[in-house]
Amino acid sequence: MYRMFLLVAMIGLAHPVYAAVDGAGLYVQNCAACHGAQGGGGVGVPLSLHDFLDSVSNEYLRKTIRLGRQGRVMPSFRKLSDDDVNAIVQHIRGWSHKQEGSHAAPVFSAQPIKGDAIRGKALFDKNCATCHGVNGEGGAGTGVTMSRPRNWPILAPALNNPGFLASASDEMIKATLMKGRNGTPMVSFLKQGLSKKDINDVVAYVRAFEKSSGAKTAEVLSSESAVIVRESPYSVEQTVASLKSTILGNNFRLIRIQPLDQGFVERGKENKKRVLVYSCNFNFLNEALKVDPRVGLFLPCRVTVMEHKGKVLVMTINPKRLSAIFNNSELNRLCEEMSKIYVEMIEEAIL
Amino acid sequence: MNTTSFKCCGLRRALIYTLVFGLLWVLPADADELIMVRVHSAFPETMTTLQEVIRKQDYTVSRIQRVDVGLTKTGYQTAEYRVVFFGKPREIKDLPSRYPELTTYLPLKITIFAEQGETLLMALNPILLGDFFPQPELKKTFAVWEKAVRDIFDRVRTEEEGSAK
Ligand code: HEC
Ligand code: HEC
Repeated sequence: MYRMFLLVAMIGLAHPVYAAVDGAGLYVQNCAACHGAQGGGGVGVPLSLHDFLDSVSNEYLRKTIRLGRQGRVMPSFRKLSDDDVNAIVQHIRGWSHKQEGSHAAPVFSAQPIKGDAIRGKALFDKNCATCHGVNGEGGAGTGVTMSRPRNWPILAPALNNPGFLASASDEMIKATLMKGRNGTPMVSFLKQGLSKKDINDVVAYVRAFEKSSGAKTAEVLSSESAVIVRESPYSVEQTVASLKSTILGNNFRLIRIQPLDQGFVERGKENKKRVLVYSCNFNFLNEALKVDPRVGLFLPCRVTVMEHKGKVLVMTINPKRLSAIFNNSELNRLCEEMSKIYVEMIEEAIL
Repeated sequence: MNTTSFKCCGLRRALIYTLVFGLLWVLPADADELIMVRVHSAFPETMTTLQEVIRKQDYTVSRIQRVDVGLTKTGYQTAEYRVVFFGKPREIKDLPSRYPELTTYLPLKITIFAEQGETLLMALNPILLGDFFPQPELKKTFAVWEKAVRDIFDRVRTEEEGSAK
Protein backbone atom coordinates (compact mmCIF):
# COMPACT_ATOMS: atom_id res chain seq x y z
CA MET A 1 0.00 0.00 0.00
CA TYR A 2 2.76 2.41 1.00
CA ARG A 3 4.72 1.50 -2.09
CA MET A 4 1.67 2.13 -4.22
CA PHE A 5 1.25 5.49 -2.59
CA LEU A 6 4.86 6.32 -3.31
CA LEU A 7 4.47 5.30 -6.89
CA VAL A 8 1.36 7.38 -7.34
CA ALA A 9 3.15 10.28 -5.70
CA MET A 10 6.13 9.85 -8.00
CA ILE A 11 4.01 9.73 -11.10
CA GLY A 12 2.07 12.64 -9.76
CA LEU A 13 5.23 14.70 -9.43
CA ALA A 14 6.49 13.82 -12.83
CA HIS A 15 3.16 14.34 -14.58
CA PRO A 16 0.89 16.60 -12.60
CA VAL A 17 -1.97 16.06 -15.05
CA TYR A 18 -2.24 12.35 -14.25
CA ALA A 19 -2.38 12.86 -10.54
CA ALA A 20 -6.15 12.93 -10.46
CA VAL A 21 -6.55 9.72 -12.45
CA ASP A 22 -6.30 6.38 -10.69
CA GLY A 23 -4.28 4.22 -13.09
CA ALA A 24 -4.33 1.19 -10.81
CA GLY A 25 -8.09 1.41 -10.44
CA LEU A 26 -8.61 1.82 -14.17
CA TYR A 27 -6.37 -1.14 -14.83
CA VAL A 28 -8.40 -3.30 -12.44
CA GLN A 29 -11.65 -2.16 -14.07
CA ASN A 30 -10.61 -2.56 -17.68
CA CYS A 31 -7.66 -4.88 -18.04
CA ALA A 32 -7.10 -7.14 -15.02
CA ALA A 33 -9.85 -9.61 -15.96
CA CYS A 34 -7.83 -10.61 -19.03
CA HIS A 35 -4.24 -9.60 -18.29
CA GLY A 36 -4.14 -10.50 -14.58
CA ALA A 37 -4.04 -8.21 -11.56
CA GLN A 38 -0.25 -8.08 -11.69
CA GLY A 39 0.00 -8.36 -15.47
CA GLY A 40 0.76 -12.08 -15.40
CA GLY A 41 -1.69 -12.84 -18.20
CA GLY A 42 -4.86 -14.93 -18.50
CA VAL A 43 -7.28 -14.57 -21.39
CA GLY A 44 -4.78 -11.83 -22.36
CA VAL A 45 -1.00 -12.11 -22.81
CA PRO A 46 1.38 -11.13 -19.97
CA LEU A 47 2.18 -7.42 -19.66
CA SER A 48 4.55 -7.38 -16.72
CA LEU A 49 7.49 -9.31 -18.14
CA HIS A 50 10.76 -7.47 -17.97
CA ASP A 51 11.65 -7.98 -21.62
CA PHE A 52 8.22 -6.95 -22.76
CA LEU A 53 8.33 -3.67 -20.86
CA ASP A 54 11.89 -3.05 -22.02
CA SER A 55 10.98 -3.50 -25.67
CA VAL A 56 7.76 -1.55 -26.08
CA SER A 57 7.28 2.21 -26.07
CA ASN A 58 4.56 4.07 -24.21
CA GLU A 59 3.29 5.13 -27.60
CA TYR A 60 2.83 1.45 -28.49
CA LEU A 61 0.94 0.80 -25.26
CA ARG A 62 -1.31 3.83 -25.77
CA LYS A 63 -2.16 2.95 -29.34
CA THR A 64 -2.73 -0.69 -28.47
CA ILE A 65 -5.24 0.31 -25.79
CA ARG A 66 -7.03 2.69 -28.15
CA LEU A 67 -7.09 0.50 -31.24
CA GLY A 68 -7.29 -2.94 -29.72
CA ARG A 69 -6.66 -5.94 -31.97
CA GLN A 70 -9.58 -6.57 -34.20
CA GLY A 71 -10.62 -10.20 -34.25
CA ARG A 72 -7.99 -11.09 -31.65
CA VAL A 73 -9.88 -10.69 -28.38
CA MET A 74 -8.10 -7.52 -27.24
CA PRO A 75 -10.87 -4.87 -27.30
CA SER A 76 -10.45 -1.25 -28.28
CA PHE A 77 -10.99 1.25 -25.50
CA ARG A 78 -12.64 4.25 -27.03
CA LYS A 79 -14.45 5.67 -24.04
CA LEU A 80 -11.40 6.16 -21.86
CA SER A 81 -10.03 9.70 -21.84
CA ASP A 82 -6.42 10.40 -22.82
CA ASP A 83 -5.60 10.93 -19.16
CA ASP A 84 -7.11 7.55 -18.33
CA VAL A 85 -5.04 5.83 -20.99
CA ASN A 86 -1.88 7.57 -19.82
CA ALA A 87 -2.59 6.59 -16.24
CA ILE A 88 -3.02 2.94 -17.23
CA VAL A 89 0.25 3.06 -19.17
CA GLN A 90 2.01 4.50 -16.12
CA HIS A 91 0.50 1.76 -13.99
CA ILE A 92 1.86 -0.89 -16.36
CA ARG A 93 5.25 0.87 -16.34
CA GLY A 94 5.16 0.67 -12.56
CA TRP A 95 5.81 -3.06 -12.81
CA SER A 96 9.15 -2.48 -14.47
CA HIS A 97 10.15 0.20 -11.97
CA LYS A 98 9.82 -2.46 -9.31
CA GLN A 99 12.14 -4.89 -11.08
CA GLU A 100 15.89 -4.84 -10.92
CA GLY A 101 17.91 -3.87 -13.94
CA SER A 102 15.00 -2.43 -15.84
CA HIS A 103 15.23 0.71 -17.87
CA ALA A 104 13.07 3.68 -18.62
CA ALA A 105 10.39 3.26 -21.28
CA PRO A 106 12.14 2.88 -24.61
CA VAL A 107 11.37 5.27 -27.43
CA PHE A 108 11.59 4.10 -31.03
CA SER A 109 12.02 6.13 -34.16
CA ALA A 110 9.08 6.01 -36.54
CA GLN A 111 11.52 5.78 -39.46
CA PRO A 112 10.66 2.80 -41.69
CA ILE A 113 13.29 0.08 -41.95
CA LYS A 114 14.45 -0.79 -45.43
CA GLY A 115 14.62 -4.45 -46.16
CA ASP A 116 13.95 -7.08 -48.77
CA ALA A 117 10.44 -8.33 -48.03
CA ILE A 118 10.75 -11.25 -50.47
CA ARG A 119 13.82 -12.54 -48.69
CA GLY A 120 12.03 -11.71 -45.47
CA LYS A 121 9.15 -13.99 -46.41
CA ALA A 122 11.44 -16.99 -46.79
CA LEU A 123 13.02 -16.26 -43.42
CA PHE A 124 9.60 -15.77 -41.86
CA ASP A 125 8.27 -19.06 -43.21
CA LYS A 126 11.28 -20.85 -41.77
CA ASN A 127 11.62 -19.08 -38.40
CA CYS A 128 8.32 -17.58 -37.41
CA ALA A 129 5.38 -19.28 -39.11
CA THR A 130 5.17 -22.25 -36.71
CA CYS A 131 4.11 -19.90 -33.95
CA HIS A 132 2.80 -16.75 -35.63
CA GLY A 133 1.08 -18.52 -38.54
CA VAL A 134 1.99 -18.65 -42.22
CA ASN A 135 0.28 -15.32 -42.85
CA GLY A 136 1.14 -13.81 -39.50
CA GLU A 137 -2.37 -14.58 -38.25
CA GLY A 138 -1.13 -15.51 -34.78
CA GLY A 139 -1.46 -18.63 -32.64
CA ALA A 140 -4.73 -20.31 -31.72
CA GLY A 141 -6.46 -19.74 -28.40
CA THR A 142 -6.12 -16.88 -25.97
CA GLY A 143 -3.38 -15.44 -23.72
CA VAL A 144 -2.01 -17.89 -21.18
CA THR A 145 -5.24 -19.42 -19.90
CA MET A 146 -4.41 -22.43 -17.76
CA SER A 147 -7.96 -23.66 -17.30
CA ARG A 148 -7.39 -26.48 -19.79
CA PRO A 149 -4.45 -28.20 -21.46
CA ARG A 150 -2.79 -26.50 -24.45
CA ASN A 151 0.36 -26.51 -26.57
CA TRP A 152 2.08 -23.16 -26.16
CA PRO A 153 2.34 -21.49 -22.76
CA ILE A 154 1.73 -18.06 -24.31
CA LEU A 155 -0.29 -17.20 -27.36
CA ALA A 156 1.81 -15.89 -30.25
CA PRO A 157 0.25 -12.52 -31.20
CA ALA A 158 -1.12 -11.90 -34.68
CA LEU A 159 1.45 -9.89 -36.62
CA ASN A 160 -0.81 -9.18 -39.59
CA ASN A 161 -3.32 -7.47 -37.33
CA PRO A 162 -4.06 -3.87 -38.29
CA GLY A 163 -4.14 -2.84 -34.61
CA PHE A 164 -0.68 -4.31 -34.06
CA LEU A 165 0.79 -2.84 -37.24
CA ALA A 166 -0.59 0.62 -36.49
CA SER A 167 0.85 0.50 -32.96
CA ALA A 168 4.30 -0.96 -33.50
CA SER A 169 6.99 0.89 -35.42
CA ASP A 170 9.53 -1.00 -37.55
CA GLU A 171 12.23 -0.18 -35.01
CA MET A 172 10.15 -1.65 -32.23
CA ILE A 173 9.54 -4.86 -34.13
CA LYS A 174 13.22 -5.05 -34.89
CA ALA A 175 14.18 -4.57 -31.24
CA THR A 176 11.82 -7.42 -30.29
CA LEU A 177 13.43 -9.72 -32.84
CA MET A 178 16.94 -8.78 -31.71
CA LYS A 179 16.30 -9.22 -27.99
CA GLY A 180 13.47 -11.71 -27.84
CA ARG A 181 11.33 -11.82 -24.75
CA ASN A 182 12.80 -13.82 -21.96
CA GLY A 183 10.21 -15.93 -20.16
CA THR A 184 8.13 -16.42 -23.33
CA PRO A 185 8.51 -18.71 -26.36
CA MET A 186 9.71 -15.63 -28.31
CA VAL A 187 13.49 -15.92 -28.42
CA SER A 188 16.23 -13.57 -29.65
CA PHE A 189 16.75 -14.19 -33.34
CA LEU A 190 20.14 -12.57 -33.21
CA LYS A 191 21.09 -15.41 -30.89
CA GLN A 192 19.34 -17.87 -33.22
CA GLY A 193 21.81 -16.89 -35.91
CA LEU A 194 19.93 -14.36 -38.01
CA SER A 195 22.03 -11.39 -39.12
CA LYS A 196 20.92 -7.79 -38.74
CA LYS A 197 20.21 -7.76 -42.46
CA ASP A 198 18.07 -10.88 -42.14
CA ILE A 199 16.15 -9.21 -39.35
CA ASN A 200 15.59 -6.06 -41.42
CA ASP A 201 14.23 -8.24 -44.21
CA VAL A 202 11.83 -10.00 -41.82
CA VAL A 203 10.67 -6.62 -40.49
CA ALA A 204 10.03 -5.45 -44.05
CA TYR A 205 7.97 -8.58 -44.64
CA VAL A 206 5.96 -8.11 -41.42
CA ARG A 207 5.29 -4.50 -42.45
CA ALA A 208 4.09 -5.71 -45.82
CA PHE A 209 1.20 -7.51 -44.08
CA GLU A 210 -0.39 -4.08 -43.99
CA LYS A 211 -1.00 -4.37 -47.70
CA SER A 212 -1.96 -8.02 -47.84
CA SER A 213 -4.45 -10.18 -46.09
CA GLY A 214 -4.26 -8.49 -42.72
CA ALA A 215 -7.94 -7.72 -42.67
CA LYS A 216 -8.84 -11.36 -42.99
CA THR A 217 -8.07 -12.46 -39.44
CA ALA A 218 -9.56 -9.25 -38.28
CA GLU A 219 -12.96 -10.09 -39.62
CA VAL A 220 -15.82 -9.68 -37.20
CA LEU A 221 -19.12 -11.23 -38.11
CA SER A 222 -22.12 -9.06 -38.00
CA SER A 223 -25.37 -10.48 -39.05
CA GLU A 224 -29.09 -10.41 -39.04
CA SER A 225 -31.22 -10.87 -35.98
CA ALA A 226 -30.21 -11.73 -32.44
CA VAL A 227 -32.77 -14.52 -32.21
CA ILE A 228 -33.53 -17.51 -34.43
CA VAL A 229 -37.33 -18.05 -34.42
CA ARG A 230 -39.61 -20.57 -36.10
CA GLU A 231 -43.27 -21.29 -35.63
CA SER A 232 -44.19 -24.85 -34.79
CA PRO A 233 -47.35 -26.45 -36.17
CA TYR A 234 -47.51 -28.67 -33.07
CA SER A 235 -48.42 -28.13 -29.44
CA VAL A 236 -45.74 -27.15 -26.91
CA GLU A 237 -45.62 -30.73 -25.58
CA GLN A 238 -45.37 -32.28 -29.05
CA THR A 239 -42.73 -29.78 -30.12
CA VAL A 240 -40.61 -30.51 -27.05
CA ALA A 241 -40.89 -34.25 -27.63
CA SER A 242 -39.89 -33.82 -31.25
CA LEU A 243 -36.94 -31.58 -30.31
CA LYS A 244 -35.77 -34.19 -27.88
CA SER A 245 -35.42 -36.83 -30.56
CA THR A 246 -33.82 -34.36 -32.94
CA ILE A 247 -31.21 -33.45 -30.33
CA LEU A 248 -30.35 -37.08 -29.68
CA GLY A 249 -30.19 -37.76 -33.40
CA ASN A 250 -27.67 -34.92 -33.83
CA ASN A 251 -25.04 -36.24 -31.43
CA PHE A 252 -26.05 -33.86 -28.71
CA ARG A 253 -26.64 -34.95 -25.17
CA LEU A 254 -29.94 -33.90 -23.67
CA ILE A 255 -29.18 -32.10 -20.42
CA ARG A 256 -32.63 -31.28 -19.20
CA ILE A 257 -36.09 -30.02 -20.02
CA GLN A 258 -37.56 -27.50 -17.62
CA PRO A 259 -40.19 -24.79 -17.40
CA LEU A 260 -38.74 -21.28 -17.94
CA ASP A 261 -39.83 -20.15 -14.49
CA GLN A 262 -38.47 -23.17 -12.59
CA GLY A 263 -36.62 -21.92 -9.54
CA PHE A 264 -38.58 -18.65 -9.66
CA VAL A 265 -42.01 -19.89 -8.63
CA GLU A 266 -43.21 -22.45 -6.13
CA ARG A 267 -42.72 -26.02 -7.25
CA GLY A 268 -45.80 -27.24 -9.11
CA LYS A 269 -46.86 -23.71 -10.08
CA GLU A 270 -44.63 -23.45 -13.14
CA ASN A 271 -45.99 -22.34 -16.49
CA LYS A 272 -45.98 -25.52 -18.61
CA LYS A 273 -46.38 -23.53 -21.81
CA ARG A 274 -42.91 -22.01 -21.62
CA VAL A 275 -40.26 -24.67 -21.77
CA LEU A 276 -36.47 -24.64 -22.00
CA VAL A 277 -34.65 -27.56 -23.61
CA TYR A 278 -30.96 -27.71 -22.74
CA SER A 279 -28.53 -29.90 -24.63
CA CYS A 280 -24.83 -30.09 -25.24
CA ASN A 281 -22.30 -31.53 -27.60
CA PHE A 282 -19.33 -31.77 -25.25
CA ASN A 283 -16.91 -32.36 -28.06
CA PHE A 284 -17.93 -29.11 -29.68
CA LEU A 285 -18.02 -27.32 -26.33
CA ASN A 286 -14.51 -28.45 -25.49
CA GLU A 287 -13.24 -27.22 -28.83
CA ALA A 288 -14.99 -23.87 -28.37
CA LEU A 289 -13.62 -23.38 -24.86
CA LYS A 290 -10.11 -24.00 -26.13
CA VAL A 291 -10.60 -21.27 -28.68
CA ASP A 292 -12.01 -18.87 -26.12
CA PRO A 293 -12.83 -19.61 -22.48
CA ARG A 294 -15.49 -16.93 -22.57
CA VAL A 295 -17.89 -18.84 -24.83
CA GLY A 296 -19.62 -20.31 -21.81
CA LEU A 297 -21.72 -17.17 -21.96
CA PHE A 298 -23.91 -18.83 -24.53
CA LEU A 299 -23.62 -22.39 -23.43
CA PRO A 300 -25.06 -24.93 -22.96
CA CYS A 301 -27.22 -24.97 -26.06
CA ARG A 302 -30.73 -24.04 -25.28
CA VAL A 303 -33.98 -24.00 -27.21
CA THR A 304 -37.00 -22.11 -25.90
CA VAL A 305 -40.45 -23.45 -26.77
CA MET A 306 -43.36 -21.23 -25.78
CA GLU A 307 -46.94 -20.50 -26.51
CA HIS A 308 -47.60 -16.94 -27.54
CA LYS A 309 -50.92 -15.57 -28.77
CA GLY A 310 -52.10 -18.99 -29.87
CA LYS A 311 -48.87 -19.83 -31.68
CA VAL A 312 -46.04 -22.09 -30.61
CA LEU A 313 -42.66 -20.43 -31.05
CA VAL A 314 -39.36 -22.32 -31.13
CA MET A 315 -36.40 -20.03 -30.53
CA THR A 316 -32.72 -19.79 -29.72
CA ILE A 317 -30.21 -16.99 -29.43
CA ASN A 318 -28.29 -16.43 -32.64
CA PRO A 319 -24.61 -17.15 -31.93
CA LYS A 320 -23.69 -15.60 -35.24
CA ARG A 321 -25.02 -12.27 -34.06
CA LEU A 322 -23.28 -12.61 -30.71
CA SER A 323 -19.85 -13.59 -31.99
CA ALA A 324 -18.92 -9.96 -32.71
CA ILE A 325 -19.04 -9.25 -28.98
CA PHE A 326 -16.14 -11.59 -28.38
CA ASN A 327 -13.91 -9.93 -30.95
CA ASN A 328 -12.40 -13.30 -31.74
CA SER A 329 -12.31 -14.29 -35.38
CA GLU A 330 -11.39 -17.88 -34.55
CA LEU A 331 -14.69 -18.09 -32.77
CA ASN A 332 -16.59 -16.86 -35.81
CA ARG A 333 -16.39 -20.20 -37.55
CA LEU A 334 -17.69 -22.00 -34.48
CA CYS A 335 -20.48 -19.47 -34.02
CA GLU A 336 -21.56 -19.81 -37.61
CA GLU A 337 -21.52 -23.55 -37.21
CA MET A 338 -23.60 -23.28 -34.06
CA SER A 339 -26.15 -21.03 -35.73
CA LYS A 340 -26.46 -23.57 -38.51
CA ILE A 341 -26.90 -26.43 -36.06
CA TYR A 342 -29.61 -24.50 -34.23
CA VAL A 343 -31.53 -23.76 -37.40
CA GLU A 344 -31.25 -27.36 -38.59
CA MET A 345 -32.33 -28.80 -35.27
CA ILE A 346 -35.31 -26.51 -34.95
CA GLU A 347 -36.43 -27.01 -38.53
CA GLU A 348 -36.08 -30.76 -38.24
CA ALA A 349 -38.12 -30.73 -35.05
CA ILE A 350 -41.04 -28.84 -36.54
CA LEU A 351 -41.03 -30.69 -39.86
CA MET B 1 -17.09 3.70 -13.02
CA ASN B 2 -19.14 6.18 -14.89
CA THR B 3 -18.14 5.70 -18.48
CA THR B 4 -21.08 7.52 -19.99
CA SER B 5 -19.67 10.88 -19.01
CA PHE B 6 -16.83 10.32 -21.49
CA LYS B 7 -19.16 9.41 -24.27
CA CYS B 8 -19.16 12.68 -26.18
CA CYS B 9 -15.41 13.19 -26.04
CA GLY B 10 -14.62 9.52 -26.49
CA LEU B 11 -16.50 9.55 -29.76
CA ARG B 12 -14.88 12.72 -30.93
CA ARG B 13 -11.50 11.37 -29.99
CA ALA B 14 -12.18 8.14 -31.83
CA LEU B 15 -12.99 10.24 -34.86
CA ILE B 16 -9.79 12.21 -34.56
CA TYR B 17 -7.84 8.98 -34.20
CA THR B 18 -9.48 7.69 -37.31
CA LEU B 19 -8.40 10.76 -39.20
CA VAL B 20 -4.92 10.96 -37.75
CA PHE B 21 -3.97 7.35 -38.25
CA GLY B 22 -6.03 6.86 -41.34
CA LEU B 23 -7.58 3.74 -39.91
CA LEU B 24 -9.59 2.22 -42.66
CA TRP B 25 -10.85 -0.77 -40.76
CA VAL B 26 -13.66 -0.94 -38.27
CA LEU B 27 -12.46 -0.89 -34.70
CA PRO B 28 -13.00 -4.04 -32.67
CA ALA B 29 -15.92 -4.47 -30.34
CA ASP B 30 -15.91 -1.86 -27.67
CA ALA B 31 -14.71 -3.12 -24.34
CA ASP B 32 -18.11 -2.51 -22.78
CA GLU B 33 -20.05 -5.29 -24.46
CA LEU B 34 -18.84 -7.91 -22.04
CA ILE B 35 -18.57 -7.24 -18.36
CA MET B 36 -15.71 -9.18 -16.80
CA VAL B 37 -14.04 -9.16 -13.45
CA ARG B 38 -11.19 -11.07 -11.88
CA VAL B 39 -11.52 -12.03 -8.24
CA HIS B 40 -8.43 -12.92 -6.22
CA SER B 41 -10.03 -15.83 -4.47
CA ALA B 42 -10.34 -19.46 -5.30
CA PHE B 43 -13.41 -20.75 -7.09
CA PRO B 44 -15.42 -22.34 -4.23
CA GLU B 45 -15.41 -19.22 -2.05
CA THR B 46 -16.14 -16.95 -4.96
CA MET B 47 -19.02 -19.13 -6.07
CA THR B 48 -20.58 -18.99 -2.61
CA THR B 49 -20.12 -15.24 -2.40
CA LEU B 50 -21.57 -14.74 -5.86
CA GLN B 51 -24.78 -16.51 -4.91
CA GLU B 52 -25.07 -14.58 -1.67
CA VAL B 53 -24.48 -11.28 -3.42
CA ILE B 54 -27.05 -12.01 -6.13
CA ARG B 55 -29.61 -12.66 -3.38
CA LYS B 56 -28.58 -9.54 -1.49
CA GLN B 57 -29.22 -7.58 -4.67
CA ASP B 58 -32.75 -8.93 -4.53
CA TYR B 59 -32.46 -11.34 -7.43
CA THR B 60 -33.28 -15.04 -7.38
CA VAL B 61 -30.71 -17.66 -8.36
CA SER B 62 -32.77 -20.16 -10.32
CA ARG B 63 -30.13 -22.67 -11.28
CA ILE B 64 -26.45 -23.44 -11.58
CA GLN B 65 -25.22 -25.27 -14.62
CA ARG B 66 -22.11 -27.31 -13.92
CA VAL B 67 -20.46 -27.21 -17.32
CA ASP B 68 -17.20 -28.58 -15.92
CA VAL B 69 -18.87 -31.69 -14.56
CA GLY B 70 -20.35 -32.48 -17.95
CA LEU B 71 -16.99 -31.98 -19.63
CA THR B 72 -15.07 -34.06 -17.12
CA LYS B 73 -17.58 -36.90 -17.37
CA THR B 74 -17.11 -36.87 -21.12
CA GLY B 75 -13.34 -37.18 -20.63
CA TYR B 76 -12.18 -33.59 -21.13
CA GLN B 77 -9.97 -31.78 -18.66
CA THR B 78 -11.11 -28.44 -17.36
CA ALA B 79 -10.94 -26.26 -14.29
CA GLU B 80 -14.22 -25.33 -12.57
CA TYR B 81 -16.63 -23.75 -15.03
CA ARG B 82 -20.25 -22.95 -14.17
CA VAL B 83 -23.11 -20.82 -15.37
CA VAL B 84 -25.33 -19.12 -12.77
CA PHE B 85 -28.87 -18.24 -13.89
CA PHE B 86 -30.70 -15.47 -12.07
CA GLY B 87 -33.56 -13.03 -12.41
CA LYS B 88 -36.63 -11.47 -10.82
CA PRO B 89 -39.68 -13.76 -10.67
CA ARG B 90 -41.94 -10.91 -11.79
CA GLU B 91 -39.87 -10.20 -14.89
CA ILE B 92 -39.54 -13.88 -15.78
CA LYS B 93 -43.32 -14.09 -15.65
CA ASP B 94 -44.23 -10.84 -17.44
CA LEU B 95 -41.59 -10.07 -20.04
CA PRO B 96 -42.12 -13.18 -22.22
CA SER B 97 -45.76 -12.30 -22.93
CA ARG B 98 -44.82 -8.89 -24.19
CA TYR B 99 -41.47 -9.68 -25.79
CA PRO B 100 -41.45 -13.38 -26.67
CA GLU B 101 -38.06 -13.23 -28.39
CA LEU B 102 -36.44 -11.66 -25.36
CA THR B 103 -37.20 -14.93 -23.56
CA THR B 104 -34.19 -16.51 -25.28
CA TYR B 105 -31.98 -14.22 -23.18
CA LEU B 106 -33.76 -15.03 -19.92
CA PRO B 107 -33.01 -15.74 -17.14
CA LEU B 108 -29.87 -13.60 -17.05
CA LYS B 109 -26.64 -15.45 -16.56
CA ILE B 110 -23.18 -15.07 -15.17
CA THR B 111 -20.38 -17.36 -16.27
CA ILE B 112 -17.88 -18.14 -13.55
CA PHE B 113 -14.64 -20.02 -14.04
CA ALA B 114 -11.40 -20.75 -12.26
CA GLU B 115 -8.03 -19.57 -13.46
CA GLN B 116 -5.44 -21.10 -11.17
CA GLY B 117 -6.06 -19.64 -7.70
CA GLU B 118 -8.32 -16.91 -9.03
CA THR B 119 -11.81 -16.71 -10.46
CA LEU B 120 -13.27 -14.88 -13.42
CA LEU B 121 -16.84 -13.66 -13.61
CA MET B 122 -18.37 -12.71 -16.90
CA ALA B 123 -21.68 -11.51 -18.30
CA LEU B 124 -23.03 -10.11 -21.50
CA ASN B 125 -23.66 -6.43 -20.88
CA PRO B 126 -27.49 -6.34 -20.69
CA ILE B 127 -27.44 -2.87 -22.22
CA LEU B 128 -26.48 -4.59 -25.46
CA LEU B 129 -29.93 -6.16 -25.55
CA GLY B 130 -31.11 -2.69 -26.47
CA ASP B 131 -29.54 -3.25 -29.90
CA PHE B 132 -31.54 -6.44 -30.33
CA PHE B 133 -34.78 -5.24 -28.75
CA PRO B 134 -35.11 -1.55 -29.55
CA GLN B 135 -38.51 -0.96 -27.91
CA PRO B 136 -37.97 2.27 -25.96
CA GLU B 137 -39.75 1.05 -22.84
CA LEU B 138 -37.23 -1.78 -22.45
CA LYS B 139 -34.31 0.58 -22.27
CA LYS B 140 -34.79 1.22 -18.60
CA THR B 141 -35.04 -2.48 -17.79
CA PHE B 142 -31.75 -3.17 -19.57
CA ALA B 143 -30.09 -0.28 -17.75
CA VAL B 144 -31.30 -1.67 -14.42
CA TRP B 145 -29.91 -5.08 -15.32
CA GLU B 146 -26.60 -3.59 -16.34
CA LYS B 147 -26.31 -1.82 -13.03
CA ALA B 148 -27.27 -5.01 -11.21
CA VAL B 149 -24.53 -7.00 -12.95
CA ARG B 150 -21.93 -4.31 -12.28
CA ASP B 151 -23.00 -4.03 -8.64
CA ILE B 152 -22.92 -7.79 -8.21
CA PHE B 153 -19.41 -7.99 -9.68
CA ASP B 154 -18.12 -5.07 -7.61
CA ARG B 155 -19.60 -6.51 -4.48
CA VAL B 156 -18.20 -9.99 -5.04
CA ARG B 157 -14.78 -8.50 -5.64
CA THR B 158 -14.79 -6.22 -2.61
CA GLU B 159 -16.28 -8.86 -0.31
CA GLU B 160 -13.80 -11.51 -1.40
CA GLU B 161 -10.83 -9.22 -1.36
CA GLY B 162 -11.89 -7.67 1.91
CA SER B 163 -12.13 -11.04 3.62
CA ALA B 164 -8.80 -12.22 2.19
CA LYS B 165 -6.92 -9.44 3.97
C1 HEC C 1 -11.04 -9.51 -23.30
C2 HEC C 1 -9.68 -9.66 -22.88
C3 HEC C 1 -8.77 -8.44 -22.88
C4 HEC C 1 -8.97 -7.24 -22.25
C5 HEC C 1 -10.17 -6.79 -21.44
C6 HEC C 1 -7.77 -6.47 -22.48
N1 HEC C 1 -6.89 -7.20 -23.25
FE1 HEC C 1 -5.07 -6.55 -23.89
N2 HEC C 1 -4.86 -8.26 -24.99
C7 HEC C 1 -5.71 -9.34 -24.97
C8 HEC C 1 -5.21 -10.36 -25.88
C9 HEC C 1 -5.86 -11.72 -26.14
C10 HEC C 1 -4.02 -9.86 -26.46
C11 HEC C 1 -3.15 -10.55 -27.52
C12 HEC C 1 -3.69 -10.19 -28.89
C13 HEC C 1 -2.99 -10.82 -30.06
O1 HEC C 1 -3.06 -12.02 -30.26
O2 HEC C 1 -2.41 -10.07 -30.84
C14 HEC C 1 -3.83 -8.53 -25.87
C15 HEC C 1 -2.76 -7.69 -26.17
C16 HEC C 1 -2.44 -6.54 -25.46
C17 HEC C 1 -1.22 -5.80 -25.63
C18 HEC C 1 -0.09 -6.14 -26.58
C19 HEC C 1 0.83 -7.08 -25.86
C20 HEC C 1 2.09 -7.37 -26.59
O3 HEC C 1 2.71 -8.42 -26.32
O4 HEC C 1 2.50 -6.57 -27.42
C21 HEC C 1 -1.27 -4.78 -24.71
C22 HEC C 1 -0.22 -3.72 -24.49
C23 HEC C 1 -2.54 -4.87 -24.02
N3 HEC C 1 -3.23 -5.96 -24.50
C24 HEC C 1 -2.94 -4.01 -23.02
C25 HEC C 1 -4.23 -4.01 -22.47
C26 HEC C 1 -4.70 -3.01 -21.54
C27 HEC C 1 -3.88 -1.89 -20.99
C28 HEC C 1 -6.00 -3.32 -21.28
C29 HEC C 1 -6.98 -2.51 -20.44
C30 HEC C 1 -7.14 -1.13 -20.81
C31 HEC C 1 -6.33 -4.53 -22.02
N4 HEC C 1 -5.23 -4.92 -22.72
C32 HEC C 1 -7.54 -5.19 -21.97
C33 HEC C 1 -6.88 -9.43 -24.23
C34 HEC C 1 -7.46 -8.41 -23.51
C1 HEC D 1 8.24 -20.51 -30.50
C2 HEC D 1 7.22 -19.62 -30.92
C3 HEC D 1 7.63 -18.32 -31.58
C4 HEC D 1 8.48 -18.15 -32.67
C5 HEC D 1 9.21 -19.22 -33.45
C6 HEC D 1 8.48 -16.74 -32.95
N1 HEC D 1 7.70 -16.08 -32.05
FE1 HEC D 1 7.37 -14.07 -32.02
N2 HEC D 1 6.30 -14.28 -30.30
C7 HEC D 1 5.94 -15.48 -29.72
C8 HEC D 1 5.21 -15.22 -28.51
C9 HEC D 1 4.62 -16.25 -27.58
C10 HEC D 1 5.14 -13.81 -28.38
C11 HEC D 1 4.46 -13.03 -27.27
C12 HEC D 1 5.47 -12.76 -26.19
C13 HEC D 1 4.87 -11.97 -25.06
O1 HEC D 1 3.88 -12.42 -24.50
O2 HEC D 1 5.42 -10.93 -24.73
C14 HEC D 1 5.82 -13.26 -29.53
C15 HEC D 1 5.94 -11.90 -29.79
C16 HEC D 1 6.39 -11.37 -30.98
C17 HEC D 1 6.32 -9.99 -31.36
C18 HEC D 1 5.70 -8.88 -30.53
C19 HEC D 1 4.24 -8.81 -30.93
C20 HEC D 1 3.35 -8.25 -29.89
O3 HEC D 1 2.17 -8.05 -30.15
O4 HEC D 1 3.84 -8.04 -28.79
C21 HEC D 1 6.83 -9.87 -32.62
C22 HEC D 1 6.96 -8.62 -33.44
C23 HEC D 1 7.25 -11.20 -33.02
N3 HEC D 1 6.97 -12.09 -32.00
C24 HEC D 1 7.80 -11.51 -34.24
C25 HEC D 1 8.35 -12.74 -34.55
C26 HEC D 1 9.07 -13.02 -35.76
C27 HEC D 1 9.23 -12.04 -36.91
C28 HEC D 1 9.53 -14.30 -35.65
C29 HEC D 1 10.43 -15.03 -36.61
C30 HEC D 1 11.71 -14.42 -36.85
C31 HEC D 1 9.01 -14.85 -34.42
N4 HEC D 1 8.32 -13.89 -33.77
C32 HEC D 1 9.19 -16.16 -33.98
C33 HEC D 1 6.26 -16.74 -30.18
C34 HEC D 1 7.14 -17.00 -31.21
